[in-house]
Amino acid sequence: MDSLHVRGIFYRNIVLIRRSVPKLFGLFGFVTVALLLWGFITLWVQTLAETDARADFVLLILSAFIFWSLFDLSQRSFGISFLEEVWSRNVINLFASPVKLSEMILGFVLVGVAQSLLAFFYITSLAFLLYALNIWNLGLYIIPFFVNILVFGWALGVVTIGLVVRFGPSADILAFFIPFLVLPFSAVYYAISIFPPILQKVTFILPTRHMFEGMRTVITEGIMPLDNVFWASTLNVVCVILAFLFLYWMLRLARIKGYLSRLVQD
Amino acid sequence: MTAALLRVRNLTKRYNSFTAVDGISFEIKEGEIVSLLGPNGAGKTTTIQMLLTLVSPISGEIEIFGKNLAEHREELLSMMNFTAPYSLLPYNLTPREGLAVFSMLYGVRNYKERVSSLLDEFNLGELADKKIGKLSSGEQMRLGVAKAFVNNPKLLLLDEPTASLDPPTARQLRAKVLELIQESGGGVLWTSHNMREVETVSDRIIFLSRGRIMTDDTPQNIKKRFGQEDLEEIFITIAREPLREPSWTPCT
Repeated sequence: MDSLHVRGIFYRNIVLIRRSVPKLFGLFGFVTVALLLWGFITLWVQTLAETDARADFVLLILSAFIFWSLFDLSQRSFGISFLEEVWSRNVINLFASPVKLSEMILGFVLVGVAQSLLAFFYITSLAFLLYALNIWNLGLYIIPFFVNILVFGWALGVVTIGLVVRFGPSADILAFFIPFLVLPFSAVYYAISIFPPILQKVTFILPTRHMFEGMRTVITEGIMPLDNVFWASTLNVVCVILAFLFLYWMLRLARIKGYLSRLVQD
Repeated sequence: MTAALLRVRNLTKRYNSFTAVDGISFEIKEGEIVSLLGPNGAGKTTTIQMLLTLVSPISGEIEIFGKNLAEHREELLSMMNFTAPYSLLPYNLTPREGLAVFSMLYGVRNYKERVSSLLDEFNLGELADKKIGKLSSGEQMRLGVAKAFVNNPKLLLLDEPTASLDPPTARQLRAKVLELIQESGGGVLWTSHNMREVETVSDRIIFLSRGRIMTDDTPQNIKKRFGQEDLEEIFITIAREPLREPSWTPCT
């Protein structure tokens, strides 16, 4: 074995990681967020054990998982639709065509809706078969949460596209990381009360927090929490507007700095 | 007198302190094929990318069919098309699917017929249902040129369209492109490093060096002016010593 060969392979990869902010983010970000997530889950389980809660755990955890997967898929399908164009070196053809940005985004939204609906029906059927979990028992109450989850996924998908336009194909890791970054602060698997007071205030701006709080209220109390629906929807509208402004800004910058042609060269 | 399809005035692009394109002006008239030549880094690709709205100029104007490109982007891009070796069709589609997608993006209503006719025109029939990623680079290039014709463009930007082709295939493709352009009566901006090709196809040649136009004339006049018969020699001379020779006062 030639140590220089091994050194060559090591060097090639280290150079790549050292130079790429998204890659460094992926290296440290995932574990940090996972640690936060599991820390909050542990705290919540501890609290429940103390209060001897009679909550239906299967319904609570699995419903949360299903809706989180829906959000994750909605964001990812959106970001990956764009990344697909970058990976296949087709992105220049797309931006040089008469397609408007709004048309491109609407096309991605339709792909996202089709994929999300398909995946939602599949996963809910599988959950019913494996764990007798019938999420459809929640009835029409799930509709506002379902819609809000999709829309916030798209908003983050638009942000992902903006970041890929700005930082190039090496930012593709963000397509997978961004939803994960939001996960611990969205109170998906535990109640908001588990957060320190300051975090409870800060996370108020996240639509997902209100969606999952609302979902838990529907499951545990059987009522529609209108305040959660209101805040989730209002914050979603703000997020969508901000996401589009961010994308327009990134595209403008890309045209000035020549980043678009770099998308097929990096 | 034929109208100008494309009019570029004082176009400039700077990246920080580097000037990629330095106040160039030129026109392309109906039915005219103009070659844009220059060494690597001369500003050819930046110019083409500004014409495709991929890069914003810092100053200057681009008018296509008499309309300002920045103000009528979608309308004008639907009447243009391009091909470049750095921008291939998606490797995970077949040529038939890829051409169908671009026909739709360029607003071709009867896209199925258009795709069939392009597959025939460019001898891609046998490859029509193979994955693009499995085609040779020459076949992918041919497909890229076919894509550039999906909307019967009135202005065509061909960035090294025969770069990966063997000489017989390049000649065949050139002939097909010239035939289709003659039919449409449109204008073409053509870049190539193959001087013989440039001489064959061009009505006019624009030499770029360090972002400036060194000369803009017919191939015959350029040869006369430089006292050389070989266009390649002129190219090499301009590329080597772009701003010294007094007779090469940059055109504006």
